[in-house]
Amino acid sequence: MTLNDPEEQTAVFLKDVSVAYRLPVERFASIKEYAIKKVLGKVHYKDFFALNDINLSINKGEIFGIIGRNGAGKSTLLKVISRVLYPTTGRVWVKGIVAPLLQLGAGFHPELTGYENIYLNGTLLGHKRVEIKDKIDAILAFSEIEDFINSPIRTYSSGMVARLGFSIATAWVPDILILDEVLSVGDAAFREKCSNRMQELIKSGATVFLVTHDAQLISELCTRAVLLENGHIVSSGTGAEVSVIYSRSLADAHSLNR
Amino acid sequence: MVRSKNQVKIYDSEKVKWVAIEEIKAVWFYRDLMVQLVKRDIVARYKRSTLGVLWTMLNPLATMIILTIVFSRFFNMRSVYPAYIITGLITWSFFSQTILFSLNTTLRGSDLYNKIYLPQTAFVISVLGGGILNYLLSIIPMALIFLVTKVPIHPTVLLFPVGLLLLATFTLGLGLLLSTGVVFFPDIAEFAPVILQAWFYITPIIYPAELQLDIMGGLFLKINPMYYFIKIIRNLLYDGVIPSGLDWLIGFAIAILMLVIGWWVFTSKSKRFGYQ
Repeated sequence: MTLNDPEEQTAVFLKDVSVAYRLPVERFASIKEYAIKKVLGKVHYKDFFALNDINLSINKGEIFGIIGRNGAGKSTLLKVISRVLYPTTGRVWVKGIVAPLLQLGAGFHPELTGYENIYLNGTLLGHKRVEIKDKIDAILAFSEIEDFINSPIRTYSSGMVARLGFSIATAWVPDILILDEVLSVGDAAFREKCSNRMQELIKSGATVFLVTHDAQLISELCTRAVLLENGHIVSSGTGAEVSVIYSRSLADAHSLNR
Repeated sequence: MVRSKNQVKIYDSEKVKWVAIEEIKAVWFYRDLMVQLVKRDIVARYKRSTLGVLWTMLNPLATMIILTIVFSRFFNMRSVYPAYIITGLITWSFFSQTILFSLNTTLRGSDLYNKIYLPQTAFVISVLGGGILNYLLSIIPMALIFLVTKVPIHPTVLLFPVGLLLLATFTLGLGLLLSTGVVFFPDIAEFAPVILQAWFYITPIIYPAELQLDIMGGLFLKINPMYYFIKIIRNLLYDGVIPSGLDWLIGFAIAILMLVIGWWVFTSKSKRFGYQ
């Protein structure tokens, strides 16, 4: 069943979305070479479809899983939803503010102190200075880095950076939260804390996208999920259903490789 | 937990029509980010050097001294030459540094805006902001030179912000235009320093403009936008005269035109940036 328009409770709506990277068949070493070949009409392209006719309608408050092997199109799908990539064809409709939890350390500057980085990262996520000021105590408390707040981030351990990043991204309840393979960082205690915070966010109405190739995580957390393969949705259903199909496809691929 | 106060916004890829206008709104929304980016660039640039921000002032001073020693005998300007040269020099380095920085930021910054939505012009604007700050700091060594060489300071300096605004507008426009180019052809980043070097020499910065009047009737002055901006700024700071109406007019026209072209090209192509 595909809808033509988003409905009242829809948070994210994708209609026939494709993303095609246009790759030149040969490589050009310079502008000169490109210009000459372009003028002569000798530039040949082939389209590589990272996403192919994706139709999705996700409701507010869902925890939606996206699973698939490397190169299946998971990241591209997230980029389209978070407005980083404009779809080649099709319609992307998103209601509300999308907050991506950036990969470890992205958006931080190693020479700046933890305190300065909170402001940098907060404004990157679209918050105003005053909004960040209001939240700074909460961010520090959650990330447990109070003692290091005036040291440059390059002196932090990777666990501390991860904690700080997660604290900033989840200090505000976003309409849509994107978690791309991020829950694998940090120690057990911190993962527990993250998981609780996520539950809180979901309770207060956020829609969550969880991207992973961990079938168990999808089955535990997600209300619905899709399995991506070569840019196509090959199966969709509840988190448990899709994770079973994914595990089976992995096992098949594994036995074929033998 | 309290929600962020921003009202619920709807993004619909089919309804993105006037990108150039949308971008202006987005830049305004992210104004605090640009302040943070300027801060980051300045802090990160100087944090590990002992003299820190002092370098902003020492650099033009050192270059000026070298150029004075090398060239002052060629051009018959004697003691006022250092003051003449440093006005042109800091103005030029503001322009060329901003252009080169914009290109590098656009090339390097891509790892960040591949993951998160941001108005991409914000990066180029913040580079310009950092450039202006540096320019203002380098006014200190310039004032020093004026004092030492006994060049009087005129009331026309009060109009200097207008001259700077014109140059900044032009620089932003060109920076955006070239940044668009560099996304598709990274070679531009390699080529730009050479072009800027040549541009530096055809612009009267280390020599008086009159020297060029003999060459094809000063044609290279007339078609060189930087000639007008440097002339305006030098009139205000060094000569102590108000630039002619024609110079203002040309300056305004080039600045606005460049910004409109740069902004339009950049924003209309920015949908494709993610694909490169």
